[in-house]
Amino acid sequence: MIKTLLRELTFPLIAVVAAFLLGGVVILAIRDNPLEVYGILLNSAFGLFDARGNFTFDNWGYTLFYATPLIFTGLSVALAMRCGLLNIGAEGQLYVGAFAAAWVGLTFTGLPAILLVPLSILAAMIAGGTWGAVPGILKARFGSHEVINTIMMNFIALGLLSYLVQYHFKEPSDAIMETHEIAPAARFARFYTLLAPLGIHFPYRIPLNASFLLAILICFLVWVFLWKTKWGYEIRAAGANPDAAEYAGISVKKQIVLAMALSGAIAGLVGVNEVLGYRYRYYHDFGASYGFTGIAVALLGRNHPFGVLLAAILFGALTRGGLFVDIFTENVSKDLVQVLQAIIILFVAMEYLFREKLKNLIPQFAEK
Amino acid sequence: MLRNIFNFTLIASTLRLATPLILAALGGLYCERSGVINIALEGIMLAGAFTAALITFYTQNPWIGILAAVTAGVLVAAIHAVATINFRANQVVSGTAINILFLGVPALLCGVFFGTTGNTPQLPREQTLNDWQVFNPQESPLLASIFNQNPLVYFALLAVLLTFFVIYKMRFGLRLRAVGENPEAADTAGISVNRMRYAGVLLSGAFAALGGAYISIGQNSLFTRNMTAGRGFIALAALIFGKWDPLGTMIACLLFGFAEAIAIRMQGTVNIPNQFIQIVPYVLTIVVLAGFISRAHPPKALGIAYTKE
Repeated sequence: MIKTLLRELTFPLIAVVAAFLLGGVVILAIRDNPLEVYGILLNSAFGLFDARGNFTFDNWGYTLFYATPLIFTGLSVALAMRCGLLNIGAEGQLYVGAFAAAWVGLTFTGLPAILLVPLSILAAMIAGGTWGAVPGILKARFGSHEVINTIMMNFIALGLLSYLVQYHFKEPSDAIMETHEIAPAARFARFYTLLAPLGIHFPYRIPLNASFLLAILICFLVWVFLWKTKWGYEIRAAGANPDAAEYAGISVKKQIVLAMALSGAIAGLVGVNEVLGYRYRYYHDFGASYGFTGIAVALLGRNHPFGVLLAAILFGALTRGGLFVDIFTENVSKDLVQVLQAIIILFVAMEYLFREKLKNLIPQFAEK
Repeated sequence: MLRNIFNFTLIASTLRLATPLILAALGGLYCERSGVINIALEGIMLAGAFTAALITFYTQNPWIGILAAVTAGVLVAAIHAVATINFRANQVVSGTAINILFLGVPALLCGVFFGTTGNTPQLPREQTLNDWQVFNPQESPLLASIFNQNPLVYFALLAVLLTFFVIYKMRFGLRLRAVGENPEAADTAGISVNRMRYAGVLLSGAFAALGGAYISIGQNSLFTRNMTAGRGFIALAALIFGKWDPLGTMIACLLFGFAEAIAIRMQGTVNIPNQFIQIVPYVLTIVVLAGFISRAHPPKALGIAYTKE
């Protein structure tokens, strides 16, 4: 158990360390001090005390807030990957999910929170799931590649949503592409509200909300689904060896559609964090490429729900820390974070490189 | 009103808007015909656009800027080549990483060089790549409006013919296709699969970067954050829509350029939301890929890393 855990963690850790080293070279090249930059990065992402030495929720609060959408997109990509599919469409799926959530909150304003909130969540999942299912069906029915189709679906989503917002859901005079505010009953509670009964004062300004708890729940559910249910087993079988799965009586086509639909539904949940928990409206093109970062999160988390959770928190921390690096360093801007992410993905994808090197040193890594 | 949309300058703007697509899609063609998926066209275009603007700013010569952009494109493509060919990284994942990388790198460097959040300084008009004045606009306005185009527009059209010739008539093209269709057989015939794939991937870098350079110092006079705005992906769509064939790909690019030109003209004049026109290329690609119109067959070994037995 511990041995497998160690083996699973080794490559991601090597990739992260290698990315930080290479990132350090980049920082040196643009004439800043890597140790100082990384110090700011880590402290502003994970530090428990502010500059005056007082305890603060800010750093962890924001890190987890930024991690929340990445947990969803990471799980989304990971689930599809377990079925042998690369879902590059989480980006589009999360937008339609967000819009659907906002639409429910704008339309059924008379409903009480106990109905409105679940309905909004359901709408986000159905919309995202539909957007994911389309490339799944196209792949199952016509064999067309899901990578191209999901990319196309991303652009179609953005185009259609831009139309809907511009012509039907915003004040014509308003230049900002956003809908009106959703009904107050549709809002998700922030940690400020959740922790108040326990006598803990969590600052209201930190937008960390119940979506984070939902993300952890989904993490657990995905794990149960994939490893403890028949459906999950069939999806993994179809991904691991389609021919063998077919031979064993599993319809690979059905698994492809199911996996893509579920993947899309989970990506759609990003909308819950964004709309119900944070902005209380749909703001067009809000994402900081959560869908694409989700690919990195899934890879780094080795397509395992708990790995995804850890990887999402790391990437959330990078986002949070990047903002501070931007302010407190001479030359480095927050764009360093994207560079680090890209290098991490490249290194994780080039696992072969490390495996070959390690094989000579430690024989255990040769297998698999 | 319709006359405002459909006139001769529409041909000119179609050509102008199709040019970056043609260049990037041709790059994608070399790469994918060799069996390597190139999702990174977008990132390479951004790298090319940024390098062209940056180097032109410092040398005051757009041609040196172009040269630098092509060099940068080849270097970026080399990352993709090393990752996918040598280390058998998933080609889509590697491409995605490069796309993310070049959302970050130009912005990071803009901060260092110019203290901005992601754009280079405006270049004076004489330092950008200007249109060739083939005809005098005063004497023959019609011909001038069509033929007075950027040198890269002419280059793109020429490159289509050249690519057609290279792919179908030259030994290099035959080998490239062989490696993309059946690497084992090509290997047996004594063709180095890795070397051909390197050639395909690096060529894609050169072409895509040229497309990016056209956007920054041809159509515009500076680099702005994420200025390619998905054109690398449209180029990829055009490549599929054109069934991985140089002429078909060019026609697809012209069609998509035409759609964009119409969308621009319709803003504020006709009552069809231009979002609908913008999504046409994407919908068409899905339709064609599904075989509703006619089937597109990708190179057989596309996306599969080759391991020598």
